[in-house]
Amino acid sequence: MTETTTPTRKSVPLWAQVTIWVFLAGLLALVGFGLNRASNPMAEIGKPVPDFDLVYFEGYEYNDTAEMKLSDLRGKIVVINIWASWCKPCEQEAPELEEAWQLYKDRGDVVFVGVDYVDTPEGALGYLKKFAITFPNAPDLQSTISSILNRQMGVPETYLIDREGVLRQIKIGPFASIAEIQAFIANAE
Amino acid sequence: MKNYKLRITNYALFALVLIALTGLFYQTASAQDTTPTDDDVNAIAKQLYCPVCENTPLDVCPTEACRQWRELIRQMLAEGKTEQEIKDYFVANYGARVLSEPPRTGFNWLVYIVPPVLILVGAYILFNSFRAWIKPRAVESVSGPVKEAKPSSSDDEYVKRLEEELKNRK
Repeated sequence: MTETTTPTRKSVPLWAQVTIWVFLAGLLALVGFGLNRASNPMAEIGKPVPDFDLVYFEGYEYNDTAEMKLSDLRGKIVVINIWASWCKPCEQEAPELEEAWQLYKDRGDVVFVGVDYVDTPEGALGYLKKFAITFPNAPDLQSTISSILNRQMGVPETYLIDREGVLRQIKIGPFASIAEIQAFIANAE
Repeated sequence: MKNYKLRITNYALFALVLIALTGLFYQTASAQDTTPTDDDVNAIAKQLYCPVCENTPLDVCPTEACRQWRELIRQMLAEGKTEQEIKDYFVANYGARVLSEPPRTGFNWLVYIVPPVLILVGAYILFNSFRAWIKPRAVESVSGPVKEAKPSSSDDEYVKRLEEELKNRK
């Protein structure tokens, strides 16, 4: 009669198990910390837009100041238009936006701010010249501002911020007419 | 004498034309030297990613945004900028996310450390598992083939009861 012996499976030593779990937990904590540090606060409709700074393109300043802090514009309606020179739909609305700016600029309580999303300086300045844009414009090369504004789809997108700094509306895609821009701004008045 | 003068004039004209042609050739050659080729541009572009078109290297990306970036690289090369200077420019302006390989700083080190560590841990686990699979065979070869201990039908209580019930039905 032969005896059959079942081989006993050697388990992973406790110290190794503890080391692996500690390593994995540490790794997760590091990744979480890194992600948390990298993430920006994001705007939501009906809530105040987190503050941000931008530096205008030369020749496209507002009230002769080279830099802008969103909170400095409290008390005014702010229309932020995100665009790029490589974006064809942006070209559709560019003349209307400039025309609308001409209608509002003397009122003083409505400010248009163009934010140029991930662009080359030559491309951006060429685009502004081509469409004879005069309202304040600034680059957003690292897409910090568009991520704070919680860009939804792509470019163009336009954000309407009321006098209290609350995000009122987002327009995804180009405006078709000046009347549409006026109706959009009226939502913050 | 007249022939001699004519010959000298011809020689002088020939020399002038030769000098002019040499100058023209030199100018063309030096202009070619400073004009970066598509290959020069793509050698740098393939190390970069435009943030608009994620996961598509700049050298093969067909969008207008990427075309503009490639033109910028061409322009900077023509200005005499080195590969590193051009990459530094893009990182400074658009962030480290444009690089195909993250710079070896801060949290980016995780990208370089974690995969090899996980591969090593995986290899250790595999090695141990293979060893555990081989061991029973080693035991088998020493003590002869191990017969699989199949439970005989007479040993199994359930089978016994089933057989009895079947008998009773007959």
